[in-house]
Amino acid sequence: MQYLVSVITDTTDLATPDEDAAIDVFNDRLRAEGYWVFAGGLGGPDTATVIDNRGAEGLFSDGPFVESKEFLIGFWIIEAPDLDVALKLAAEGSKACNRKVEVRPFL
Amino acid sequence: MNVPGDGVDVREEITRAHRDEWARVVGALTRRFGGLDIAEEAAAEAFATAVERWPADGVPPNPGAWLTTTANRKAIDRLRRENKRGDKQEEAQLLYDDGPSEPLGAIEDERLRLIFICCHPALAMETRVALTLRMVAGLTVAEIARAFLVRETAMGQRITRAKGKIKAAGIPYRVPSADDLPTRVSGVLAVLYLVFNEGYLATGPDVDPVRHDLTAEAIRLTRLTRVLMPDDGEAAGLLALMLLIEARRAARVSPSGELIALDEQDRGSWDAALIAEGHQLVRERLAAGVAPGRYQILAAINAVHTSAREAGDTDWSQVVALYDQLVRLDASPIVVLNRAIAVAELDGPEVALAAVDRLGDELGDYHAYHATRGELLRRLGYGQKSRTAYDKAIELAGNSAEIAHLTRRRDQL
Repeated sequence: MQYLVSVITDTTDLATPDEDAAIDVFNDRLRAEGYWVFAGGLGGPDTATVIDNRGAEGLFSDGPFVESKEFLIGFWIIEAPDLDVALKLAAEGSKACNRKVEVRPFL
Repeated sequence: MNVPGDGVDVREEITRAHRDEWARVVGALTRRFGGLDIAEEAAAEAFATAVERWPADGVPPNPGAWLTTTANRKAIDRLRRENKRGDKQEEAQLLYDDGPSEPLGAIEDERLRLIFICCHPALAMETRVALTLRMVAGLTVAEIARAFLVRETAMGQRITRAKGKIKAAGIPYRVPSADDLPTRVSGVLAVLYLVFNEGYLATGPDVDPVRHDLTAEAIRLTRLTRVLMPDDGEAAGLLALMLLIEARRAARVSPSGELIALDEQDRGSWDAALIAEGHQLVRERLAAGVAPGRYQILAAINAVHTSAREAGDTDWSQVVALYDQLVRLDASPIVVLNRAIAVAELDGPEVALAAVDRLGDELGDYHAYHATRGELLRRLGYGQKSRTAYDKAIELAGNSAEIAHLTRRRDQL
């Protein structure tokens, strides 16, 4: 199964050098052990644009689709046999990036 | 085979089979068909068939095997009905292939997998409780809804959502790996203790103060957990703790529905058999020579209480020493409060009150904090302050028997 591990935060502060180093170690491990699919960091909600092209005319609006105190700042996509494995990896990911994470399965 | 037509015996046999075999049937089917949903439904259908057939046909010589076979057949019927497009190959596989024999861990009982999946940390606590009572204990959704004072439809939805998450999120049906086992076991024990406590100190104005159905169910599940994990000291500790509390059930609430404090209980009405079993477990754990966890320490404290013929014979220094040990593991304010109650007996109410007063910030909304203060202030002769504390305790308490007890204590001032 594939899981999305979302990194949740409430500040747009960049990762510290220590956090970066820990994330690198964790990413290497994901690759070495075959869990790695993809990962990336994101700009903050102030960089977001919402597009709604369901109607006749495409609408562009500044800002995230939902304003909240906490937001998505990065993610991993991992391949894991089950949730127990995914949770374990996510816990290590949370420690490495020093932020809260959320795990959700791809359908 | 039993003689057909012997209604009472057959009903008893069905009740016993339900108690003994439900979790095994659900467990076996969950593994074979890969889902709790179909396992639960097929198991329920198999038991319904037993209720229909056993009175006429007699109880089969091996009720468990009969139920598993019947449930398997029900599950296959269901899959066939759902599989209208007719994937013959898949169907054939279900019918004839029992699946590859998976490598089993040290512990391989299906019921244990079932307990672990129901108590998975990715599920909310109240969901774990509901799922465990449904899948492992075999209570109906209506019974669980009644036990937790929610509507049956709401409880049904909670269980359905949980099964949906288990499936979609890929919560595995297996015993956790050795390095995860300790935390996962303590998660299971927390669920069982919560069920027990809800029975032991039921909340709500129109609820029986002690819900024996829930305490009995919790004890049954803990016994099962202990059988399945005989080497786990905390499972034994939790069982001992529950038995030693359950032993005092008859003495704990007066005929008029008032809670009776430990020192005022009629110790002659304690259940000697449960106490003996609890003490035996505590002795076994002591003999094991392994550092005890919190349930084992709590059980030992209850063993000290239940060893005293009279309240005055209680070995309070032993109780305080055990609380000291507990505080080192878990310095939560509630543990510190309970320690202070024991300290009052050993070093006097003044020392205890000083310790209790330090907990005001954290426990200001907890009725037992105010009840303890009321009691200590009364002993120290501060009538007015004691009354105020009891008033606050009564306002915050949720258990009807406890409210009656606190009200009497206050009115005696």
